[in-house]
Amino acid sequence: MKITQHSSAGTLTLILDGELDASSSVLLDTELAKPETLQFQKVLINCKQLNYISSAGLGVFISHLQQFQDAGVKLVFFNMQDKVYNVFEILGLDTLMTIVPSEEEATAV
Amino acid sequence: MKNALRISCSRGNLKAVRDFVAASLLDCNLSTLQLNQIVLAVDEVVANLIIHANGEDESQYLDLAIDIEDHLFAIEIFDNAATYYRPSTYHEPDLSEFIRLGKRGGVGMTLVNRIMDRVEFSSNGSRNVCRLYKHLTPFTESNSAGQ
Repeated sequence: MKITQHSSAGTLTLILDGELDASSSVLLDTELAKPETLQFQKVLINCKQLNYISSAGLGVFISHLQQFQDAGVKLVFFNMQDKVYNVFEILGLDTLMTIVPSEEEATAV
Repeated sequence: MKNALRISCSRGNLKAVRDFVAASLLDCNLSTLQLNQIVLAVDEVVANLIIHANGEDESQYLDLAIDIEDHLFAIEIFDNAATYYRPSTYHEPDLSEFIRLGKRGGVGMTLVNRIMDRVEFSSNGSRNVCRLYKHLTPFTESNSAGQ
């Protein structure tokens, strides 16, 4: 799992590349847990190169979502592959998290 | 067709497990979604056995055996942990509550139970086994919608 990020105008974008499992999810947790993350208005997760997610990866997002909402930070996923979106769907997380098709739509949220 | 794999109890071996399952299913002509679901279900059980049953003790190992016959996928996952892992207290999670509490774990077995047709845990005292079963639906043009 490789995570790169860029920020502009109140938006932090994380680009996930690889597989998010019980081994690699620690890396993502470290990124999302940084205090400065809560300074942004939006955190966009670019999932185009995210080829796999397990419950450990989902758990990282679940565990941070409330804190983001309390701080007024919108968490938005975009460019998600069908097989990864399907894992969110199986749990019903697709209705509890904001997932949009494109970066344009993520930016507009 | 039968395939077998032995791994030590390290999270770093989860990728090898996923590759093993995917390779075993290579000739089954599955949709991308069903292939990913089965790989995910096995990954979840193996991760639980590595982390919770065996405490990530790399001197311990898991044995995996896959059997695919007549469109039925069956996998047995053996371990020797003294603490027999059996999610018998399993409850359907309230995801909204998980989010509110910032809860990190507890959805892995939900995925396994929702994906697989049958999930069994048993132990003979010295050896524990988890068995997962799934009817395979080969990918065709007629069932390709949403795949």
